[in-house]
Amino acid sequence: MSAPPSILEIKDLKVQKGGILVLEIPDLAIAQGEIISLIGPNGAGKTTFLQALACLIKLSKGEIYFKGGKISANHSALEYRRRLAMVFQDPLLFDTTVFENVASGLKIRGIPKKETKGIVRENLDRFGIAHLLHRSARKISGGEAQRVALARAFATQPEILLLDEPFASLDPPTREALLEDLESVLRPTKTTALLATHDRMEALRLSDRIGVMNKGRILQVGPPGEVMNQPLNEFVASFVGIETILTGQASKKERGSFLVSIMGREIEAVGEVEPGETVVLCIRPENVTLSPFFSQGATSARNVFAGRITKIIPMGLFYKVQLNCGFPLVAFVTGHSLENLALQEGQEVVASFKATSIHVVRKRQVSS
Amino acid sequence: MDLIFDGIKKAFWLLLTFDPEVLSITLLSLRVSGTATLISLIIGISAGAALALSEFPGKKFLVSLINTGMGLPPVVVGLFVTIFLWRSGPLGFLGILYTPAAMILAQAVIATPIVMGITLAAIQALPKNLRLQILALGATRFQMVWILVKEAKLPLLAGVMAGFGGVISEVGASIMVGGNIKGYSRVLTTATVMETSRGNFDVAIALGIILLLMAYFINLILTQIQQRERPR
Amino acid sequence: MPKKTIKYLGVIICLIFIFPSLCGAQKSIILATTTSTQDSGLLDVLIPIFEKKTGYFVKTIAVGSGQAMALGQKGEADVLLVHSPADEEKFVAAGYGVNRRIVMHNDFIILGPAEDPAKIKGAMPAEALKKIASAGSLFLSRGDNSGTHFKEKALWKASGLNPEKEKWYQQTGLGMGQTLSVASEKKGYTLADRGTYLALKKNLHLVNLVEGDAILLNIYHVIEVNPAKWPKVNAAGAKAFADFMISKKAREIIKGFGVDKFGSPLFFPAAGKKEKELGK
Repeated sequence: MSAPPSILEIKDLKVQKGGILVLEIPDLAIAQGEIISLIGPNGAGKTTFLQALACLIKLSKGEIYFKGGKISANHSALEYRRRLAMVFQDPLLFDTTVFENVASGLKIRGIPKKETKGIVRENLDRFGIAHLLHRSARKISGGEAQRVALARAFATQPEILLLDEPFASLDPPTREALLEDLESVLRPTKTTALLATHDRMEALRLSDRIGVMNKGRILQVGPPGEVMNQPLNEFVASFVGIETILTGQASKKERGSFLVSIMGREIEAVGEVEPGETVVLCIRPENVTLSPFFSQGATSARNVFAGRITKIIPMGLFYKVQLNCGFPLVAFVTGHSLENLALQEGQEVVASFKATSIHVVRKRQVSS
Repeated sequence: MDLIFDGIKKAFWLLLTFDPEVLSITLLSLRVSGTATLISLIIGISAGAALALSEFPGKKFLVSLINTGMGLPPVVVGLFVTIFLWRSGPLGFLGILYTPAAMILAQAVIATPIVMGITLAAIQALPKNLRLQILALGATRFQMVWILVKEAKLPLLAGVMAGFGGVISEVGASIMVGGNIKGYSRVLTTATVMETSRGNFDVAIALGIILLLMAYFINLILTQIQQRERPR
Repeated sequence: MPKKTIKYLGVIICLIFIFPSLCGAQKSIILATTTSTQDSGLLDVLIPIFEKKTGYFVKTIAVGSGQAMALGQKGEADVLLVHSPADEEKFVAAGYGVNRRIVMHNDFIILGPAEDPAKIKGAMPAEALKKIASAGSLFLSRGDNSGTHFKEKALWKASGLNPEKEKWYQQTGLGMGQTLSVASEKKGYTLADRGTYLALKKNLHLVNLVEGDAILLNIYHVIEVNPAKWPKVNAAGAKAFADFMISKKAREIIKGFGVDKFGSPLFFPAAGKKEKELGK
């Protein structure tokens, strides 16, 4: 079985700043046309990683291979850089017209003016800003500016596109629209892209793979479903939005499932686990169902617990309900359900979740 | 007050009749200070940009030296340049003491730290990631520095005007290294001093007015370039 | 647009500008003279004639006699035209100058405000200075080691006084013309050469109060810097200039200089004469 051709391969990459190791990536292969999102907290090393990939900072150790060829700091670095493009959070446009901005990459490469005109127009069209051709870069909105930055990046037909939180300073509707436009250009051109972002939704939306970073390392990288639902450790779990993370010891094993005693209650989960093992249970709030106290409804959930609502937090389209069922539990409910169940803080309810919906992390699996 | 009016009248008279001596003095002023400013631009902008973009121990010390250099007393510069250009001095073999070349040299020494200091500050004021963005667009180091210099056009042109202003109005160094020789190394400023010491105050005022007018027109042109495409 | 092109352009422009200045270094002479000589305008007439005749280019540096001799001592000038006899003799005795020859003379006068508070009019120089000192009247000195300054110091010495620390004795450190302006503005006394005074008289509120005594004679000599001490000196050019300054042509020009403008000549040619012979 042959893997799709890797356009980028990273081996044993290390970057040090002021004597401190800020980035350490032992191994990563990126396929051509792949879109990878890097998510992680501030200072996780996402920016450092992207800049290292663009050959903008010096590597303390390790190599980057582009299409099989090693990139070193001298001549090949410039050639390599001319086959990629980078977009930052700040559009960093030049103090001239939109046309000149988009043409700047072409000018740098010495492409004759005649060709440039056509390419610029084409890329402005791609991002719907053809009408801004002769406008001064100082006189456009934030969203328009970022579109110009994208057009400028695509004008040089990059094989790799690096984006460092490009939409972080834009309002949600603009962000939405730009994401769509970006995707509609990336896919047909089969451009490989690495996108660093804070926004989990953005990552989910766009990516073929998601990489979760912390303290200069990639903790987990894989398809979105895998990362979001099967986090390899607690950090990844909490970062991808799993609200309930419980640690306990497994006991009694029967037919593929086992029990975990947590603060006096027993939760049933599914997995190959030995009794006595310490495990971490990850329960997504979407998978927790609330019903009125003393409801007699038959449910296929083995885990049914009575509890008290400690807090209800509005989250825009839904509500986060924090419960105390002996152990802390978080559920999401729609406004509709909130009304129907007449939920309020202090109320007693019944929370249930399927054993199969619990993601089990065996403590031995926790890699650091 | 009459003296000032006399001076203004004299200024117009000298200008309108294209008095040959005044014309040659004015052209020499332009030639000397223009060349010196040009030299200071070439050295100042490239060195200032290079310094702004580099990191090394002792950078702060070097920057403070340059900032001090921006305020170098011209007459002190003149003294040192004179000593260097004396026949007994290290540069005596050039034989350029008491020539316009020496004046250009002294004025370039005065103007270069000014241009360098302002370029340094101007480039450091650009967004931190701009340099990376330009490199990511595939620029060579030269291209990157050139684009950064263009982006800093506004403060840089102010630096040009500061450098030019500093030397066109300079007199101490110019007298010392130039010698104020009639028809050869006499410029507007040195001629003004001489006419004043001779008591020809109307001529001195006239020369002063001509100097002001010339400086004004040049700065007008430079300001136009600087302020082009400003918010309408 | 490319930075390199602009750099080259700049270098070329500079060379175009600088080169003409660099050339002509061979046939040029550095003449160190005094501000009063320069300000009188006499050199503006004499030098072009010399240049045309010989093809030399004269760089006239007008500084005080003291500085002129200092330059000569260092070999930084080729020929001197100064008027400070006592120091000139020391200069030549020390071997720095050769062929010291007398060129011309005029005289110094003591000037003051028309009101003449110290009442020095018509007095002898020594007496006049004593009166100024005892009246405590404002006296402006050049204070710049020029020939005029040396003469002034000699006069004070001759009158047995030392005004250095006195409040009424102010040193401007400026040239003759400017010192006269200051004296005029502040209504003080000062010593000046007749030539500069006549040239600037119209703008000054000073009058001629003391003149004529032999001690007030102002004698100009031309001295060539000793090429034995300083090989780099343009000895041939210096000699040519010195010879010219005592030539008949020069004497004619000096004799007539200033007559039409001021009614009397500013200088009296003295080539070939002995110092003792001079005097009114």
